[in-house]
Amino acid sequence: MNGAELSLAGVCKSFGGLTVIDHLGFTVKRGSRTALIGPNGAGKTTVFNLVSGVYPIDDGTISLDGEDISIVSPAGRIGHGISRSFQNIRLMPHLSTIENVMLGEHWRRPAFSLARGRRAVESVKAALADAGLQTYPGQVVANLPYGIQKRIEVVRALLAEPKILMLDEPAAGLNNAESDDLRALLERVSARGITLLVVEHDMHFVRRLCDHVVVLNFGRLIFEGTPEEVHRDPAVLEAYLGTDARAVQSDNTAKAR
Amino acid sequence: MSGYMSGVLAVLLINMVIAYSVFLPAAAGLLNLGAAGFVLIGGYTAGGLTSRAGWPLVPAILVAGLFAGVVAFVLAFPILRTRGVYMVLATFAFAEVVGGIYLNIPSLGGATGLSVSTYAGLPVIIPTTVCVVAFVAWLLSTRLGLAMRAAHDDENVSLLFGVNLRMVQVAAFTAGGALGGIGGALLVHQFNFIDVQTTGVLFSIYVLLYVLIGGTQTAWGPFAGALFFTVVPEILRTMSKLDPSMKFLEAGRFIVFGIAVVLIMVVRPEGLITRTLIEKVQGSLRRLAARETAA
Repeated sequence: MNGAELSLAGVCKSFGGLTVIDHLGFTVKRGSRTALIGPNGAGKTTVFNLVSGVYPIDDGTISLDGEDISIVSPAGRIGHGISRSFQNIRLMPHLSTIENVMLGEHWRRPAFSLARGRRAVESVKAALADAGLQTYPGQVVANLPYGIQKRIEVVRALLAEPKILMLDEPAAGLNNAESDDLRALLERVSARGITLLVVEHDMHFVRRLCDHVVVLNFGRLIFEGTPEEVHRDPAVLEAYLGTDARAVQSDNTAKAR
Repeated sequence: MSGYMSGVLAVLLINMVIAYSVFLPAAAGLLNLGAAGFVLIGGYTAGGLTSRAGWPLVPAILVAGLFAGVVAFVLAFPILRTRGVYMVLATFAFAEVVGGIYLNIPSLGGATGLSVSTYAGLPVIIPTTVCVVAFVAWLLSTRLGLAMRAAHDDENVSLLFGVNLRMVQVAAFTAGGALGGIGGALLVHQFNFIDVQTTGVLFSIYVLLYVLIGGTQTAWGPFAGALFFTVVPEILRTMSKLDPSMKFLEAGRFIVFGIAVVLIMVVRPEGLITRTLIEKVQGSLRRLAARETAA
């Protein structure tokens, strides 16, 4: 499985008079593990919604491996290799775990093939086992704990065989052990060559998983670099702390002395 | 089996077929208050074919289902542009239009209704119902069925996972329409009569209630709903005749029945049969089997 390179160039999106994404451009390199971070309201989830086709863009281009996908329908983008999870869990509450996960591979199966054919069930069970979810296949997801549902969302997105996997706050609400399990799963996914784009507030998780960080504020790009560099950037500090970055840095220096 | 019992069974089975006609769209997230429209189309088509053209019963039933399916397919495109309560109103309006059309066709009886001489007894109704249930079970077991149920739960997410929402909903609505036509064909030949007055809005509401009370999450829902709506009033009627202290049920059974419906809606808002209920029952059976094996 090969990853894909995602590029946004001059992307704009407004809702009524409110500009949410303002001439945004950045590239997620093939096979990279990129984090998309920023304060609340920075436009991170909107970027996910634009890339996956939930909203049409007002201006600019979104391209995958150089191919403009801006006008591809939402249902068609999964065929281009874009798959995602959601900030708030969006599993199908009345379906079982295995049925939810099967939805991930729906686009590449014939409409009248049996959903629970032997081969399909085996591949889904293997994917669930890889994520440590082998004990839940037949259970209705609405009755499962939050952390399990979060992981099921990731497995569903993976079953789509994406070139780029977009995860919106995958570690939110998980305890340390669950978060470590999830990171290990995503590292295995990354090792298969799949590009990862992750929105996450947990910087510890980001530092351990990601090799590249893109920071947004008010729908604009304010920084790109490594996880180590991001903590030293004055614009990022100002965006997060809402104060003069130099004062923060001098305060830190004073404390260090 | 007594004539009374076979009559109740026939009505139950026909109600089941018609309930599945509303269940299929409902399983894909579409509320259809136009069941009467498809039942009328199927009933008048099959009744016309047997009484006016001299067709045998079974081909007439098949053609009735096919014709109602074609009408549903054509109707699906404009109706699926609406959502929620507007879709309910659109399907209701469709049934009213169909009723109006048949009222104005004198060759099919007009306002006095259509009488047919061919009778559909249990030897026809039972296998037809079995075929309908098997079709619904098969459809739900396919990828299309999974997509329907996914669309019921979350249309937007289904779309992002490549579900062709329009195709899935048109398919569900079309299949439902066809089943409604088959139900109508059975109905007209069971009672040897069909008219617009008795197959109107109240009929559509009852059928929708079969599905909503039974539950839209599993194929057992319409079965349970049709069973409840067909058998419970009959039980209340029998009780009023057998026990003098229950004499009030003779006139008041529909009050008791109405209260029972309201209570079910309060206690089980997602219907009598839900996935969680089936999961609990299966879990209990597994534990019981394990206990017996251990013993």
